[in-house]
Amino acid sequence: MACVHLLLTLGFAVSFGTPVEIHRPRGVPLSKKSFYDENKPFTCLDGSKTIPFDQVNDDYCDCKDGSDEPGTAACPNGFFHCTNAGYKSTFIPSSRINDGICDCCDTTDEYNSGAKCENTCKELGRKEREVLQQLAEITKEGFLLKQQLIEEAKKGQGEKQGKVAEMQNGKKQLEEKVDALRTVKETAEQPEKEAKERHLKAWEEQKAAIRLEKDKANMAAAFLELDDDADGFVSVSELQSHAELDPDADGTLTEAEAKGLMGEAELVDTATFESVWSNIKDKYHPELQPETVPVEIPPEEVKEPVVDNDSEPYPEEDLSEEDDEDDEDDEEYHEDEDKPTTAAKYPEKTHEDEEAMPPYDADTQILIDAAQRAREDFDEAEKALREMDDQIRNIEKELSFDFGPSAEFTYLYSQCYELSTSEYIYRLCPFNRVSQKPKFGGSETNLGVWGSWSGPENNKYLVMKYEQGTGCWQGPNRSTTVKLTCGKDTVLTSTSEPSRCEYLMEFTTPAVCQEPTSIDSFPHEHVEL
Amino acid sequence: MHNKPSFVLFSHSQSSGVIPQTDVRWISESGIIDVFILLGPGPSDVFSQYASLTGTQMFPSLASLAYHQCRWNYIDQDDVKSVDQGFDEHDIPYDFIWLDIEHADGKRYFTWDPNTFPKPAEMLQSLMENRRKMVAIVDPHIRVDSSYKIHSEILSSNFYVKNKDGGDYEGWCWPGNSGYPDFTNPEMRAWWSSKFAYDQYEGSMENLFIWNDMNEPSVFNGPEVTMHKDARHGAWEHRDVHNLYGFYVQKATAEGLIQRSGGVERPFVLTRAFFAGSQRYGAVWTGDNAAEWVHLKISIPMCLSLGLVGISFCGADVGGFFKHPTPELLVRWYQAGAYQPFFRAHAHIDSPRREPWLFGPENTALIREAIRQRYALLPYWYQLFYNSHHTGQPVMRPLWVEYPDDVWYDVHSFQKHEGDQSLHVPVSMSSIPVFQRGGSIICRKDRVRRSSSCMENDPYTLYVALSSQGSAEGELYIDDFHSFNYERSKQFVHRRLSFVDSRLSSSDLSPDSEFSTSSWIEKIVIIGGRLPSSVTLTNADGTEAPLQFEFDSSLNVLTVRKPGVNAASDWSISLR
Repeated sequence: MACVHLLLTLGFAVSFGTPVEIHRPRGVPLSKKSFYDENKPFTCLDGSKTIPFDQVNDDYCDCKDGSDEPGTAACPNGFFHCTNAGYKSTFIPSSRINDGICDCCDTTDEYNSGAKCENTCKELGRKEREVLQQLAEITKEGFLLKQQLIEEAKKGQGEKQGKVAEMQNGKKQLEEKVDALRTVKETAEQPEKEAKERHLKAWEEQKAAIRLEKDKANMAAAFLELDDDADGFVSVSELQSHAELDPDADGTLTEAEAKGLMGEAELVDTATFESVWSNIKDKYHPELQPETVPVEIPPEEVKEPVVDNDSEPYPEEDLSEEDDEDDEDDEEYHEDEDKPTTAAKYPEKTHEDEEAMPPYDADTQILIDAAQRAREDFDEAEKALREMDDQIRNIEKELSFDFGPSAEFTYLYSQCYELSTSEYIYRLCPFNRVSQKPKFGGSETNLGVWGSWSGPENNKYLVMKYEQGTGCWQGPNRSTTVKLTCGKDTVLTSTSEPSRCEYLMEFTTPAVCQEPTSIDSFPHEHVEL
Repeated sequence: MHNKPSFVLFSHSQSSGVIPQTDVRWISESGIIDVFILLGPGPSDVFSQYASLTGTQMFPSLASLAYHQCRWNYIDQDDVKSVDQGFDEHDIPYDFIWLDIEHADGKRYFTWDPNTFPKPAEMLQSLMENRRKMVAIVDPHIRVDSSYKIHSEILSSNFYVKNKDGGDYEGWCWPGNSGYPDFTNPEMRAWWSSKFAYDQYEGSMENLFIWNDMNEPSVFNGPEVTMHKDARHGAWEHRDVHNLYGFYVQKATAEGLIQRSGGVERPFVLTRAFFAGSQRYGAVWTGDNAAEWVHLKISIPMCLSLGLVGISFCGADVGGFFKHPTPELLVRWYQAGAYQPFFRAHAHIDSPRREPWLFGPENTALIREAIRQRYALLPYWYQLFYNSHHTGQPVMRPLWVEYPDDVWYDVHSFQKHEGDQSLHVPVSMSSIPVFQRGGSIICRKDRVRRSSSCMENDPYTLYVALSSQGSAEGELYIDDFHSFNYERSKQFVHRRLSFVDSRLSSSDLSPDSEFSTSSWIEKIVIIGGRLPSSVTLTNADGTEAPLQFEFDSSLNVLTVRKPGVNAASDWSISLR
């Protein structure tokens, strides 16, 4: 088997003007040419073996490291070097030599497979240069923007720190003010409380006097009513005319019962009636006064008990007789509870209405007004303190975020960026949360809240991780990875869900633009020598 | 159609003295039981007797024996592209990428979701340029939707299974309300087959193949999640034909794929439901397993058992369908799956992504190595399937079927083990304990490339493991790896390789066949031999040439360098 040589004619028209011929075995990079000397036996590059040179590229793998077959697919671990004149030179695994697929843009990998490859290196080179050119421009502009962002962030940060310090000061003053106002308030409230208590007590006493007065009047009136014969005495029979006084409620007030009420006396005069009155006043119905107007029960209180509704959802056959009885019990229970109590409460209310507490006297009112003002002042100061506290906390929280080595990501804070797809609107609020909202109705889904920077070790600021979003059915909590690339504009450019409930977003921002390398080292038409 | 065949397999492989007793009871839902008694006497006799009743394993294309990458679901064309590139970036071979139910427009099979797969032909073309293929799912439940052409045609041809009252049977499956074409009807099957024509199945190309799932048939709201027993297939109730339904789905699909190529190309159809004879139409897998060690373990007896009843092209979802495998389980599953007939990784839609490079460089390397071992052995798999296609012998066989006493060689270290013993083999994460029987010759292609079709013309390395008598035998089978030309026009190479009396020779097993290959013999590794003084190649024309060789005396392994003879020619190599 003859060694396969490759005659490389590289057009250096641009740089040198004359073609140069270089002999080396197929697949060997120029940098390793010296190891392949056709006049000497070949030693595997790992030194493991020496073979005759005609066994280099003879389509049989002799060297463990694959170095004897740079131009064939014989070695499982070998590499083939594509020169790719006009584009980037590269290495491909030996297994891609003559596999019918064009890998090298200069077509050199498919020399014996029948694959029809076209040399696309020039085109690729041109495109790459265009892309690099664009990228360089973007990087340049982006980096300028980044400098501005850093300036602004530093300024903002300084301002915020100043503000926090200032606010801490203000807070201290406010705390002092709150303390002072608390004392003022407490001082004003003490006399207020005492005056109010005095006023209340006076009113209670007054109420008792009025009640006694009324009772006396009622008693006198009752005496006059009962004393039918106007002889100045109430007799047992006269009392018997008031059947409502029947103590055993059997409907009749017997003589004996009436006597009992009269303290076993036949007749009582106005003076002794006092003790009888105390026995009967609760039941006594004045004769001449019209019947008390029946109490109007507010409509919601009349509602039937809800027991019937409760039993409705159950099929009838499920209800035993016992249940039915329970039902009835329930009804009774409701009647007992609701109706009489309402009836009983109502008159008392009117009673109180009639005897509403008189307004505070002028002195008390002055004390109350003073205390009220002190309270309001205190509340206001306390609210101001709370607000100040919140503001300080917010700024401190913002200052605590890792906004990058030069705070260049600060400007993203409290901003949101949206991207619409056919189905959803995605929303990225950096350092806060990511969400997804269906375009055509439906509620928003949390795709994760700010977790951490999680880029590669050499630059963690290239990837943001948002975690602990809404849980997935039978799956993890939703999370989102945001990849940052250099761009002039801050834009959410793509979203996808590569794995269920794990979202991936691409986001451009000037904040990740690197300082452009000097324009001179910009890759020109590069040909390997 | 209403008969339930039962097969009783006897063989005399057990040691004599004890009369084996097996009590079996059959129950049938309906019909008459036909009993066939296969008398053997040996296991391989039973296999061929059974094959004479139900047919042999369909001969699959080489690519379908390679590695399959599946997931429910690759999301869109970009996803397919990036997975395809991922394999190349990580230098891992694969042949097929699969699309599950989400690829279709609203689960309307034979269609593509216009948002996620707007240009299927473009996608298939770009896979073809990488010499790779795709499988798309086509299930037998048809979305009831008057705007869906497949449904309307079935409806107008009256091809749906009927309910007991004579109306079209409807049940719930992936698309929601679905009809079920009556696959027991030959006219319906012919229509179904015609739908795979390139002009019918829009966006399909010759590198698109088919997966039939849910063909039991699955009916989510049916009894036992299948069709009502009183549903009607013409004159027959479903209870009579239940087992045949899935069988016919795969048959009709496979015939469709054959027809679309004008009868030239071998089909590839994977089915979940199967019956006696399903081996004639493609591959089966063991259904929805889970990422659990016991499911990995059970995959071996499951496929061994299926092999015994004729279905050789069997595999389990590598990694486990449900749940999330640990990296260790995933690696071990790849290592096992690489040595099972149907080799496909698959994952549930709710499980995290599982492409081989997502578990760190070490695990990626282990998985790469397992898949590469599969690819190196593809010539052997192919020859075994050719053999199975002709004789009905299972491809994956339990040890008791044969060779209980031979010596065995570890294929990686060439260490020798005596037969007829229990062996405890220490393993590390990287080891796959694989042994080659002494007395066998196995042909490998050790130049593993990114897909099997990239390797079609590559040279062979022969691994000759000597028996205790110092001899070995094997076969080499070569054809175009994808068409029916091996059958229609006898275009193939079938060689017998035999090593006797220090002479390895290749002779023609099929002199009346004809096929030219550019593959040649790259290397010969003779395991368990001795150091010769010279190695001489004798060509077909009688000319002789000395060959270089190396001998490892610690393992008794002789490596013969580059015989260089064409794989289809007559040659011999003598050790002196």
